[in-house]
Amino acid sequence: MTEPMIDVRDLYKSFGGNQVLKGIDLQMMPGTTTVVLGGSGSGKTVLMKHIMGLFKPDQGEVIVDGENISVMDRQELARFRTRMGMVFQSAALFDSMTVRDNVAFALREHTKLSEEEIREKVKEKLAIVDLFGVEEKFPAELSGGMRKRVGLARAIIRDPKIVLYDEPTTGLDPLTTESVDDMIIGAREKLGVTSVVISHDIGSSFHIGDVVAMLHDGRIVEMGPPEKLRHTQEPHTKHFLATWFGRT
Amino acid sequence: MAEQPAARAPGVPAAWTKPLRAPLEVLGELSVFFGQAVVTILRPPYRIGLLFNQLEFMAYGSLFVVGLTGLFTGMVLALQFVYAFGLFNAQSLVGATVELGLARELAPIFTCIVIVARVGSAVATELGTMRVTEQIDALETMAVDPINYLIVPRIIAAALSAPVLTMLFNAIALTGAYGIAVLVKDLSPGTFLNRMQYLVEIHDLTNGLGKSAVIGFVVILIAAFRGYKAEGGARGVGIATTQAVVGGLVAIFAIDYIYTAITLSNPQPRGGLGG
Repeated sequence: MTEPMIDVRDLYKSFGGNQVLKGIDLQMMPGTTTVVLGGSGSGKTVLMKHIMGLFKPDQGEVIVDGENISVMDRQELARFRTRMGMVFQSAALFDSMTVRDNVAFALREHTKLSEEEIREKVKEKLAIVDLFGVEEKFPAELSGGMRKRVGLARAIIRDPKIVLYDEPTTGLDPLTTESVDDMIIGAREKLGVTSVVISHDIGSSFHIGDVVAMLHDGRIVEMGPPEKLRHTQEPHTKHFLATWFGRT
Repeated sequence: MAEQPAARAPGVPAAWTKPLRAPLEVLGELSVFFGQAVVTILRPPYRIGLLFNQLEFMAYGSLFVVGLTGLFTGMVLALQFVYAFGLFNAQSLVGATVELGLARELAPIFTCIVIVARVGSAVATELGTMRVTEQIDALETMAVDPINYLIVPRIIAAALSAPVLTMLFNAIALTGAYGIAVLVKDLSPGTFLNRMQYLVEIHDLTNGLGKSAVIGFVVILIAAFRGYKAEGGARGVGIATTQAVVGGLVAIFAIDYIYTAITLSNPQPRGGLGG
């Protein structure tokens, strides 16, 4: 049987007495897109930061690609993170650098590739996200959707096994949302990566997700393929989805 | 009947201790940050390019404002000392006293005030913006240590820039003082310069330079800490910048006192008026 690429086991986390995660169990299989869906304050971003190793759990563990990242020290985590790429809600591009320097950043930091090889690789990754001729532009000169694409190109520059997306469609207009959805589907199909998407955008989640996990009040209350969730009787999920599919 | 106060949960400190705990918590976090930064200084990769970028911004970029501040400081010192020493006919001490004050105290302190205002605020704002726009998180996810990449070049550059700028401040302030004393107040050049060679010694200068290096390092460390820990969007960045400047200014005077008390507790022998 195939081992999960990401295995979150009985995860608890609190901040200053506020219990944010209350025993999360979640498995994500290789090559699939799992969407963690939930409202504001449900604990989505905290869960994602545990998967990235940016937070340590109070209890439980996070196994990624067969390794327990919850017990790794800073240096081990830094080495491990080369297997993962992350696309941030705000794209988080370095605003003092050009698109080329942003995308090439990890290559310059961690490899000894020549400048010519780096240029080629940057061009190749930008082409995967359908961006051409933007290498010399600065992030401020790009639209929101283009910034997200550059963020993905930067995340996949070292051919990671896993790509995490934090609220990729928040604040975008419907057409840009559609193009970002296509970008996420395209990245999975072209690169075969395991994708984890944190979102509260129901339409987008059902479009891109192989599996949708509903997070409510620090717990996964429902999980399965989009079709299964659409007909769920779990009250929180039903209530949340009704805002999109119409109240019953 | 009067309401009973709610029982406090075990392990939760009483509310009245909050004003006392807050500064201690900040001090504790700053100490941990300082420890991380110092350990990271010794660890590769050594980012020479970023260090030179910061040196250009902190030292080269501050030349004009430090020079201008130094010039006016020297000029006003000359005016005050010519007046004060003139009261008991001791104008021959003006040059030496101006230089002693500049070398030991005014040049390092005023230079560091300029550094806090110009560089500290910029460091806190830049790092704070990077924090709230998730650029620092992005660095971590790309397996780059933000302390190594962002903090270390800045604090080393500050420790190197501050003494260089202090020397510049000192030289320009002395020139300004000479100009006012000799050209405006009609002191003879010999009177201004004569006692300086006897009363001012090399350790007066090195003492001031050492002080500025320590203060420069600490104030930029505080600014970097405030920016690095910023949260809550634009308002959070604004608060971090204010905290960086206020904390830096308080640190300047606190470190100045401690440094001076330590160095004067074991004063080095002076040549004195006789040379």
